[in-house]
Amino acid sequence: MSALLHEEYPVESGDYDRAGEASADIKRKLKQLGVPAAVLRRVSVASYEVELNLVIHSDGGTLTLEVSPEAVRLISADRGPGIPDVELAMREGWSTANETARSLGFGAGMGLPNMKRNADDFDIVSAVGEGTTIRMGFRLS
Amino acid sequence: MTIADMVDVLHARVLRGEDRLNTRVHTACCSDLMSDVLAFVNEKTVLITGLTNPHVLRTADMLDLKCLVYARGKVPGEEILEQAEEQGLVVITTRETAFTACGLLYAAGLRGVPIEWPESEDGQ
Repeated sequence: MSALLHEEYPVESGDYDRAGEASADIKRKLKQLGVPAAVLRRVSVASYEVELNLVIHSDGGTLTLEVSPEAVRLISADRGPGIPDVELAMREGWSTANETARSLGFGAGMGLPNMKRNADDFDIVSAVGEGTTIRMGFRLS
Repeated sequence: MTIADMVDVLHARVLRGEDRLNTRVHTACCSDLMSDVLAFVNEKTVLITGLTNPHVLRTADMLDLKCLVYARGKVPGEEILEQAEEQGLVVITTRETAFTACGLLYAAGLRGVPIEWPESEDGQ
């Protein structure tokens, strides 16, 4: 599986002003590669959600985009704090977002379930004190 | 209907995208909660909102929305309007409340975005 594209985007904790910039760039790059509109849309939504999660909940991390002829992959890896109960965090409506996030129109507890819904495969691994890694795949063929 | 028809129905003012008012629209959604918009909007549609921060624009970009309607006469900052222009988004503002704007548009033939409900575990 040869990589067509590999990009890494550092995402800072609490940087609401820039939240979404990585996703906008990812969308632009995938569009240039000719990724079909329906897939592009699902990647864009999942990417924006995961980027927002890094800003709202994490201590900072990296969003990685990998494109092969077969699939688009998004990997979000943060430096903590980790999710104590992943099953609970995956529930629609469950949120620990702060007031800043809520005032901007987020923190409705839809992020993780929405990523799972949009991706063809979704995997989340989290350890308190270590961090959270989310991997999502979107088939191209 | 077209966005120009929406402008008429809402007695709205066009803030950006004057040249794209003949764009056809079939559905709309109304929310200040971008989390919900990201979760439930499945098509290129119209968003009626009272939220004027840049994340509305970013959400609109990710979802390829066609038109933003600001209710209660709200006008976003110049920076946001410039971003909308770059994205090719039509932005209009109406003095109506969000509730009344929705009612007027519905009466004129616009419908809500269809929502797909996943099968829940309890069978509902």
